[in-house]
Amino acid sequence: MEFFERFMVPHPSFLIYVSMVLIALTSIAIVVGITYFKKWGYLWSEWITTVDHKKIGIMYLLTALLMLFRGGVDAIMMRLQLAVPDNTFLDAQHYNEIFTTHGVVMILFMAMPFITFFFNFLVPLQIGARDVAFPRLNNLAFWLFFMGAMLFNLSFVVGGSPDAGWTSYFPLANNEFSTSVGTNYYMIAIQIAGIGTLMTGINFITTIMKMRAPGMTLFKMPMFTWSSLIANLIIVFAFPVLTVVLAMGTMDRLFGTQFFTIGNGGMDMLWANLFWVWGHPEVYILILPAFGIFSEIITTFSRRNLYGYNSMVWSMVIISVFSFTVWTHHFFTMGQGAMTNSIFSITTMLIAVPTGVKIFNWLFTLYKGKIEMTTPMLYTIHFIPLFTLGGVTGVMLAMSAADYQYHNTMFLVAHFHNVIIPGVVYAMLAGLTFYWPKLFGFMLNEKIGKATVWVMSTGFLLAFMPMYITGLDGQARRMSTYSEATGYSTLNMVSFIGAGIMAISFIMLVWNIWYSFKNSPRDIGSDPWNARGLEWATHTPIPAYNFAITPDVSESTSEAFWDMKKNGTKLFKGKIEKIHMPNYSGLPFIMSCAFFLLGFAMIFSMWIVAIIGFIVILGCMVYRSFEKDEGYYIPAEEVEAIEKQYEKRGAK
Amino acid sequence: MKLNIKGAFLAILAMSAAVLVGCEPLLVLDPKGPQAEVQANDTIMLMYIMGAIVLVVFAILIFMLIKYRASKQSPDYEPPHIHGHWLVEAICIGIPVIIVIFLSVQSVKSNYLVENAPEEYADQEPLVIYASSSNWKWHFSYPEQGIETVNYAYIPANRNVEFKLYSYGPITSFWVPQLGGQKYAMSDMVTTLHLAADVEGEFWGRNANFSGAGVAEQTFEVTSMSQEKFDEWVKEVHETAEPLSEEKFEELLEPGHLGRSTYTGTHLEFAPAPEHNHGNSDADDTDHSNHEGQENHSSH
Ligand code: HEM
Ligand SMILES: [Cu+2]
Repeated sequence: MEFFERFMVPHPSFLIYVSMVLIALTSIAIVVGITYFKKWGYLWSEWITTVDHKKIGIMYLLTALLMLFRGGVDAIMMRLQLAVPDNTFLDAQHYNEIFTTHGVVMILFMAMPFITFFFNFLVPLQIGARDVAFPRLNNLAFWLFFMGAMLFNLSFVVGGSPDAGWTSYFPLANNEFSTSVGTNYYMIAIQIAGIGTLMTGINFITTIMKMRAPGMTLFKMPMFTWSSLIANLIIVFAFPVLTVVLAMGTMDRLFGTQFFTIGNGGMDMLWANLFWVWGHPEVYILILPAFGIFSEIITTFSRRNLYGYNSMVWSMVIISVFSFTVWTHHFFTMGQGAMTNSIFSITTMLIAVPTGVKIFNWLFTLYKGKIEMTTPMLYTIHFIPLFTLGGVTGVMLAMSAADYQYHNTMFLVAHFHNVIIPGVVYAMLAGLTFYWPKLFGFMLNEKIGKATVWVMSTGFLLAFMPMYITGLDGQARRMSTYSEATGYSTLNMVSFIGAGIMAISFIMLVWNIWYSFKNSPRDIGSDPWNARGLEWATHTPIPAYNFAITPDVSESTSEAFWDMKKNGTKLFKGKIEKIHMPNYSGLPFIMSCAFFLLGFAMIFSMWIVAIIGFIVILGCMVYRSFEKDEGYYIPAEEVEAIEKQYEKRGAK
Repeated sequence: MKLNIKGAFLAILAMSAAVLVGCEPLLVLDPKGPQAEVQANDTIMLMYIMGAIVLVVFAILIFMLIKYRASKQSPDYEPPHIHGHWLVEAICIGIPVIIVIFLSVQSVKSNYLVENAPEEYADQEPLVIYASSSNWKWHFSYPEQGIETVNYAYIPANRNVEFKLYSYGPITSFWVPQLGGQKYAMSDMVTTLHLAADVEGEFWGRNANFSGAGVAEQTFEVTSMSQEKFDEWVKEVHETAEPLSEEKFEELLEPGHLGRSTYTGTHLEFAPAPEHNHGNSDADDTDHSNHEGQENHSSH
């Protein structure tokens, strides 16, 4: 009996049981549905085994949207709990689990796959490539990431969720204070997903460095590709730190090592340092691609080139370097003295300079433009002032002496949501709306889209501005309740209402997708926005090989497609030849399943199962090393035939 | 649609203004001691500078949006290709650089002010209080006075108080907003927080760092009073309170919430603070016997 008890949720509640039933029913419905419609074969051969960067991108997108709603429900529950003083809707333990999973899910399993969706979908198109450098590694990276995400979510129903915060500070995260297997899930699920992310980083650096279209020098790369290059460089430098620190944490929890324990020479702040050595750059991994997306959108709808292209690039390069020099600002209050705090205070504030340069460049891109207020542009226009607000409160936090008063308070929570929601989430939704026609062949409804943005911003302001105030009034973060006497209740109620309004905006987003799927016209061609980048020079839907003829951009600027349309620059100069393509493979998926098994077994210390999982992984690697797979060719005639079909449809 | 939204924004503004006006000053902006005052002044200065920056961005944005809207221009208008201008870019870099330099100087100054004893009281002997956290309480030990309290502290007004912080368990953060910012209390080292009150009164404090299920109620009160009243209180404690025994202290360390309590003697006698050198303090003490005391208590 004891063996099975470990799999029970240690702090069950009515809500958890309801969700368990719902999750079980949904899973059964999905399995039954796929079986009924006989789609297993299709799923396997077209999606699970795919090496096509566009399809992998869409799988990242679906994961991100799914997790956005999971994290959103957590957020609403937290705000509901805090809406009135002395609330008993959630008990402390449950609240702790919810803010922990909310943080992890939002940062690692929502924002990360969202940007990776854009890496996958856009980068090869923007640089005129047929695929990424390592298509099969790309598939493996996705499945590792996905298995990590699913493993993490499993904690909700099997064994218990982590409860030490998304930062999982030791010694709180060690066995003596976090007694359920929840934090094992944290350590191992993030580890598996993180390995996938590291693979993505290597893959996209190689892709961008090696596979650019002829004539595309570094300083002719579209801005999103630049931002991706920098973000992936940060990934490759930062993620190994996460790998190491999670491994140390895992060993402390599972094997009784003493890296971060109380006593025996364990150093609790070592975790904090290593965590933030990864954690701060991570923030820039998220925000830089978001900046790239905004740059694409703002140029398109100002009908102008990007102001200060070079300073945009250099500011990103500088930000990427600085991002590694500021991690201590997350614990100015650790007692390292005035000298250290002064240094990190200054390095932190320095980042504001290149960031400010970017804001001014976007503003000057509007100058003498011809501004069209489409939905993606509306997101961008809301982003600029809201993000500025978040940025300046970041500068406030960077004043280390004053930060003693803001640290660990709702002021901080307000600040980082203030940069991450208008920065990352708006960029992702703006980019999604912008590229939707390229992805799916129809436009999202503009009326609903614009209303969504307004509702979202209203909800956002209501939800987060009050937190600045309650933070300065002493409301600490991560507190599951507060007493009437504190006087926080009015503002927290406002905040809850705001969160509710934000939830409505996300429902509007879903409704828009459904509504447009039903009603939008499908004959929109391949360039419905009159856009500028090379990614719009392909057909819609995009053929498997992206470009029948590799584009040549030696006579173009960073906006090759615009040059073609305006100046008649020739992009496609060669003639159609046979095209080499990689083969699909099921091996990465099988290997990732073995990783899932290994991870699950380790979480529950089931060593025999873990060894089996490990052997399967090794087996996959050995098999792969003996496998001969040179891909295949699409013959020139077939490419021509496909191209003819597009011409017949009149879609260029 | 748009007008409604504008109405909503106005409503929000009006509402927040009402909330702000109707309330007492926010704790952080209502300092009752020199350290908190440094921080409050910095905060207010920052709010002005940052507010100005936000206004500039808003103004430029609104100007651009009004002036260069497609609907206001002739259909055949073609926006020019503009690369950038060295002067504009110099201004956009120069002004932020100047602001950052100014703030850096200010930040370094404040750092040294906050990290050291307040200048006004620098010439007096500080009162040393060891404040240690356990799940989910605060223990205050007065080594000089030979007394110990749980969940409340009395301090003399107009005198520098040196709080020596450490933890029996997860990392916590000692915070009395009206007297000054917070600092971490950890199990393997002692950190020092200088606070002082320049008025008499009661100040609310808490553990601001998440440390497990009971953290929300891990609060305490600091009361500042005249030196005479403080001395009187110490005398009274010696007359009325029971001595703190090792068993009693062990009991206090058990996780849970307690009200206030008071003892004579301190736990420092049988369970010294982890005051050895961890490589970054000025103490040159490598005596690890303190560690053992630590482990005994953390083993439950
Ligand atoms: C959509 C509306 C959202 C609402 C209403 C919301 C609300 C909250 C609340 C109430 C907390 C807990 C504060 C506390 O008690 O410490 C929190 C924490 C957090 N949120 Fe959100 N959130 C939202 C979206 C997001 C997004 C989009 C992200 C990231 C991409 C995010 C990342 C985080 C993180 C990292 C934490 C810290 C968790 C921790 O303390 O361990 N949130 N959020
Ligand atoms: Cu940071």
